[in-house]
Amino acid sequence: MTIASDFVAPRARPVQAWLLVWAAALGLVLGLFLLRDVLSWTVKYPADAVLPVADWIGAIMNWMKRNLTWLTRSVTAVLGVPLDFALDLLAKGFKFGHGAEAVVLPRLSWVGVCAAAFLAGRAYGGTRLGLLVGGCFLYIALFGKWTSAMLTLGLISIAVPFCILTGLFVGIWAWRRPWAEKLIVAPSLDLMQTIPTFAYLIPMLLLFGNSPVSAMMATAIFATPPMVRATMLGLSRVPSEIGDFSEMAGCTARQKLWRVLLPSARPTLMVGVNQVIMLALNMVIIASMIGAGGLGYDVLLALRALKVGEAMEAGLAIVALAIALDRLSQAMSRRHAEGRVHGDVEASLWQRYPNLTLALVLLGVTTLLSLYVPALASVPKAITFTTAPAWKSAVTFITVNFFDVIEAFRVTLILYVLNPVRAFCEGFPWLGAVFLLALAGWQLGGSRLAILVAALTAFCAATGLWEKTMATVYLCGISAFIACLIGIPLGLAAARSDRFERLITPVIDTLQVLPSFCFIIPVVMLFRVGDVSAMIATVAFAVVPAIRYTNHGIRQVPPALIEAAKVSGCTKRQTFWRVQLPLALPEIMLGINQTILMALAMIIICAMIGTRDLGQEVFIALSKADSGRGIVAGLAIAFIGIVADRLFGAWTAKARAKLG
Amino acid sequence: MTDAAEEAHAAALKAADAARPVKLACRNVWKLFGADAARFIREHDGRATAAELAAADLVGAVRAVDLEIRQGEIFIIMGLSGSGKSTLVRCMSRLIEPTFGKVEFEGKDLLKVSDAELIELRRHRMGMVFQNFALLPHLNVAENIAFPLSIQGMDRGTREARAREVIELVGLKGREHFYPRELSGGQQQRVGIARSLATRPEVWFLDEPFSALDPLIRREMQDELMRLQAVLHKTIVFITHDFDEAIRLADRIAIMKDGEVIQIGTPEELVVSPATDYVAEFTRDVQRAKVISARSLMRACHGAEHGGTVAPDAKIASFSASIISSGKPFAVVNGSGRPLGEVTPQAVIDLLAGIEQRGATA
Repeated sequence: MTIASDFVAPRARPVQAWLLVWAAALGLVLGLFLLRDVLSWTVKYPADAVLPVADWIGAIMNWMKRNLTWLTRSVTAVLGVPLDFALDLLAKGFKFGHGAEAVVLPRLSWVGVCAAAFLAGRAYGGTRLGLLVGGCFLYIALFGKWTSAMLTLGLISIAVPFCILTGLFVGIWAWRRPWAEKLIVAPSLDLMQTIPTFAYLIPMLLLFGNSPVSAMMATAIFATPPMVRATMLGLSRVPSEIGDFSEMAGCTARQKLWRVLLPSARPTLMVGVNQVIMLALNMVIIASMIGAGGLGYDVLLALRALKVGEAMEAGLAIVALAIALDRLSQAMSRRHAEGRVHGDVEASLWQRYPNLTLALVLLGVTTLLSLYVPALASVPKAITFTTAPAWKSAVTFITVNFFDVIEAFRVTLILYVLNPVRAFCEGFPWLGAVFLLALAGWQLGGSRLAILVAALTAFCAATGLWEKTMATVYLCGISAFIACLIGIPLGLAAARSDRFERLITPVIDTLQVLPSFCFIIPVVMLFRVGDVSAMIATVAFAVVPAIRYTNHGIRQVPPALIEAAKVSGCTKRQTFWRVQLPLALPEIMLGINQTILMALAMIIICAMIGTRDLGQEVFIALSKADSGRGIVAGLAIAFIGIVADRLFGAWTAKARAKLG
Repeated sequence: MTDAAEEAHAAALKAADAARPVKLACRNVWKLFGADAARFIREHDGRATAAELAAADLVGAVRAVDLEIRQGEIFIIMGLSGSGKSTLVRCMSRLIEPTFGKVEFEGKDLLKVSDAELIELRRHRMGMVFQNFALLPHLNVAENIAFPLSIQGMDRGTREARAREVIELVGLKGREHFYPRELSGGQQQRVGIARSLATRPEVWFLDEPFSALDPLIRREMQDELMRLQAVLHKTIVFITHDFDEAIRLADRIAIMKDGEVIQIGTPEELVVSPATDYVAEFTRDVQRAKVISARSLMRACHGAEHGGTVAPDAKIASFSASIISSGKPFAVVNGSGRPLGEVTPQAVIDLLAGIEQRGATA
């Protein structure tokens, strides 16, 4: 032994020790696998030991249904009032009385709404944004999706204020009472955001029936968490001096909160509002399965009938709506972040808010006129056009001419990648998985993490869902892996070239805005239903965070460090591998973590196109309104997400701590 | 040799100073951080050494502070970062609850007043200016300034009129409708000052108000503060870490270190007779000629011819050029023209050259 190696040895020892532990653990699991005939209960969870959690939950839900009807009925009635108003105003028109003598007031004229959209865009982001937003609405009108889109918009317009208010109050409460944040709010937020969207629908369906109200409730639950987080973050970020000032000015506690702290936190709150709007849109589309109607329902119907052209068209309308809402709300939050600029003081209402007043006038005038001019009431057939046949013929063209190529690709993927991995995952001993994950938890975060991870994994097995869990893990794992394989290099490229970054930013912005539903349609057109389609849609959906975090991670390396590297004579390559990449690693791992969670969310939605995993379980439960089964499967999915999130989080925290 | 009459005059001055009522006082104020801090200091009867605190695992942010701030004076609390000055001023305004001791506002224990009374006190009798301005980003200049009035429920017309008055006072006329981010740092702090003055406070807390500003702007703002004080005669508690700033503005300075006040005195007292090496260290680089007065440098008359006369309170810097060019000692005379002693050119030169020399009568 040389002196040098002696010198290094003490530092290397812990790593070697962990290597030994892992080798032993893997050996043990391999042993389990080889002994699967003798110790079959370690591989396949024994059927007679399955905990009937699903039955218990089902019983509870049924009890609630029986005994809380008065409550759910009154909630439906109360929420129904504003909801019906919004739907009537935007989509259906008001109807008083019955039969022949019914008086019908028209809905807002589409011309007026398009104009209002243009003016709103112009008010917050200049003419360019106005044209974009107005154009999106016009697109929806001309493609004959107006009524559906307005149904969707109506639901959102009621759900979003509801989410914002709830989120605000919960956030304030959690900010004021740290114990509440720690014990109640933080865990429920985690759970709310990892439980798949489908799983929300089941209890809502059960309690509130197949109606817009239950769709709105599901939407509200799904879309509230970012507002809670934004409120807590915004309030804690208000400089302490501003809090001190409000006390010195003699504010009461209420004045301090409402007149000083919340207004000061407004930029952060607006970011939360933007997220709420986008999540609400996503969820309203999915909630079309339980009676939301609107664009999502159009997609659903078309997909069920395998009318790809029409599905595509409805999907594009969703995209248009999503882009319009996102750009508009982002411009609003940017405006708040920048702060206001002084204007003319002595101006009248008209001069101060020219866009608002003009929009109101236009809406009023066009709607009144629509009583006499039918073309203003609903989009005349003559000027709408449909692209469905074009999409259909394009798909036909591709399938006719490239069938062999696509099919070869599909079959190869299935035979040589998907199936072997699937077989491996499904044959993996459940006890071994619990053991290995617990070991990882122990190494990364100590005994508490190990226990949490083991318990959550064991839940999946003990409820008899092990095979389906592993089917989910396999598809999610492969998709996330491929998404990282594509996303990280793209992120690196974007970090190294400003031109490429400018090129890719609008693409990933748009990808991120699109509701998950929209990814399914084009993929199904080409690859039909099945695991391959699910995988491709998931990769497209989940690739964004991998790109974004990698780019951001590399770019946030302090320039001083890069200069230091250059001065000490590093080549470009050395600078990258030795300085930038190690420093960006925690951020990149965070991106991978996000990618996995997004992949998981998407895989579940792909149950609609015939995967055979937990998502399918939820989907079936949904169609049968079997709440116990659906919720247990939903929890299992959430637990997969939580396990992945906690392990990655601990790993990232460790890497961060190492970097100091 | 000091004249008996002069002695009497000085004593009378001191008495007049002392006759000014105490506006705000700290009586053995402690702020400790750590478990069971309140019980610890109660059990120790308000006395504890640094070692005892360390043994009990407590951090003493403010320790045994006793001071009295008199009506109409500029009282400066000076210390480096971490010395506890910000904590102390927050204890005085009860933004932080002291762990032990009394804070008296006009003789009334501030720590015993109810929340409602405290709000009333803060609304009408205290004002505060912050280091980073603490302006509300969503309000414009006029609205920011009128904010403290608006939360009192004052009607719009009255508060806008009052806001216009203070805007004019701090020289921000024409910018009423600008938002904070449109203003420079100096202008933002003018808004902060105007806002704290809008309620006509009696006690005015300034927490490092100029520390976030450029040196040139800082000097301008210091002049501005002196101008305002000449008009308003507030009782000012001013926090700073900049000894030069303290010397420029202060009537009296309290120097803090590790949570304790180590010396309270006029700038001249601190320079001439620093209580500890720590204080001496601060005063070392001070331009002594601007702080030290003729009284401190004079000696008994030696019968030489005098080139001029100065008042005992005159700062050396105000006559250094003329005394050196005349080459003769100046007589120090009191208000009635009676000579008290003389200042020699050599003493002034030594002082300017930084050679350590105390006045003959010091």
